[in-house]
Amino acid sequence: MHVRVEDVPRRVAVRRRRWGEKLLEGCLAVCASVAVLTTAGIVAVLIFETAAFFRVVSIWEFLTDTQWTPLFVEKHFGILPLATGTLLTTGIALSVALPVGILAAIYLSEYCPEGLRRALKPALEVLAGIPTVVYGYFALLFVTPLLRQFIPSIAGLNALSAGLVMGVMIIPTIASLSDDALYVVPRSLREAAYALGASRRQVVLGVVVPAARSGILSALLLGISRAIGETMIVAIAAGMNPRLTLNPLVPIETMTAYIVQVSLGDTPTGSIEFRTIFAVGFALFLATLVFNVFSYAYARRFRETYR
Amino acid sequence: MRRPKRERFLDGMLHWVGLGATLFGLLVLTVLLVDVSLDGLPRLSWDFLTSYPSRRPEQAGILSALVGSLWLLSLTALIAFPLGVGAAIYLEEYAGRTKWSRWVEINVANLAAVPSIIYGLLGLEIFVRALFAVTNGRSVLSGALTMSLLVLPVIVLASREAIHSVPNSVREAAYALGGTRWQVVRDHVLPLAFPGILTGTILALSRAIGETAPLITIGALTYIAFLPPLSLEGLRTPFTVLPIQIFNWISRPQKGFHVNAAAGILVLLAVLFLMNATAIYLRYRSQRRLEL
Repeated sequence: MHVRVEDVPRRVAVRRRRWGEKLLEGCLAVCASVAVLTTAGIVAVLIFETAAFFRVVSIWEFLTDTQWTPLFVEKHFGILPLATGTLLTTGIALSVALPVGILAAIYLSEYCPEGLRRALKPALEVLAGIPTVVYGYFALLFVTPLLRQFIPSIAGLNALSAGLVMGVMIIPTIASLSDDALYVVPRSLREAAYALGASRRQVVLGVVVPAARSGILSALLLGISRAIGETMIVAIAAGMNPRLTLNPLVPIETMTAYIVQVSLGDTPTGSIEFRTIFAVGFALFLATLVFNVFSYAYARRFRETYR
Repeated sequence: MRRPKRERFLDGMLHWVGLGATLFGLLVLTVLLVDVSLDGLPRLSWDFLTSYPSRRPEQAGILSALVGSLWLLSLTALIAFPLGVGAAIYLEEYAGRTKWSRWVEINVANLAAVPSIIYGLLGLEIFVRALFAVTNGRSVLSGALTMSLLVLPVIVLASREAIHSVPNSVREAAYALGGTRWQVVRDHVLPLAFPGILTGTILALSRAIGETAPLITIGALTYIAFLPPLSLEGLRTPFTVLPIQIFNWISRPQKGFHVNAAAGILVLLAVLFLMNATAIYLRYRSQRRLEL
């Protein structure tokens, strides 16, 4: 368009434009504040319902009772069985994902040719994109029967197979983020170590991994948070029997699986049974929040070290 | 320099163990896919795709679940895409480095790691119960709103990255010609960042289509023997989605339903594959364009 500047009633145009600009900026700011509102909403909902729950059940009972039977006639509200269930499956998952994830990261970042790395990394990340209900199917109908070949006493629903499959699910979280951390360790550090005559293994384990430790730790904490919050695998393959045990061969129930169990039933809203899922959800939220916050802090520290 | 034999051995060990660890994940993935295919492929048929769920496993199909998933997905995209891109534009182009923008940033990062089932509890309380008059309770609208909040942080993060990668020289050139902030964003930054934003959004939505837990929490039903009418009223009808149908079939004792679950999983994975392929294609095309 060829419009001479003098032709435009300039002041009006600018003023109108400024007004429109302000309005748009306001709209965009509202979009951004949805994130803050979501967090506030989550916290408010959980606190509101949990407070109502604790007006009926004492916090002491919630934290120390060793039975969890809110859906039975004789009600007990001790979260310990659910917490140990979560601890157990998370522990098993980590025992798979931690070594495999970190070793894979070391291979991808330090040993793998660049071309192969570019193919392997997205392939590994496919594992994180598989819907968890699919992993649940795999744990229940493939891994458990497989384990039964070696451990005949294993129950059809158990923490072991759910935990193992969950471990596979979080391998990419740990491997990919740790690989990112190892990869950005400056070349000069590696070269200095090589110049001293170190082998590649010595460089990797003695220099690169320690230099990237806060990044790896951040990946690990995020992996733990994922495992704690994972729902469908444990709801399908680990059972819905809250019991205080660390035996991986029997059915148990995690905090997440309990929320699913209640949601599947017809629990009337507003009843104490209904409120239990918010109390359990609050505990779950706090547990993952701690790991997320530390993960975020370590990731930041790492970024600041090598910027 | 020749190293001691022991050191050479250990170095080789770390190399091969690392390779083994990398391949382990891929091996499990392969076993999983083969296992599901062996179980489910024989069951896949046109009838399976076009039948409603049934008490008899051989007659059951996934029509209502598949349509429900697509319905939910489109709605989620309609809600989450503008919100997420708007938030990203604000954070990248408008906010600067203020306390408020740092606070939003931390919130987005944390929300991306909140367990999905917690979003289900939020949706249950806000969309199903508090906003009952609007959503009619356990409806597809409640589901889509919940899912939108769930994928929002992912869309924001991906869009910010795409906007951030637009070179500053483009903005400076546009400002130098007297463009206002919004004109610069609309005419120069967004067109360049758009492929990246789209890719990120599709990947975020492909996470939504596999989500099960939050939808169970807000009470998506399993037995739906009708299709929602394509109207505003249709937004307020109960619904089910593929992962919930699969979950329901897995939890039944009969073998026939397990086969159905495997076949349903294959359909779900096919949808996922299509979405991811689209995202990768878009990324590839945009990369080529930037290189030219």
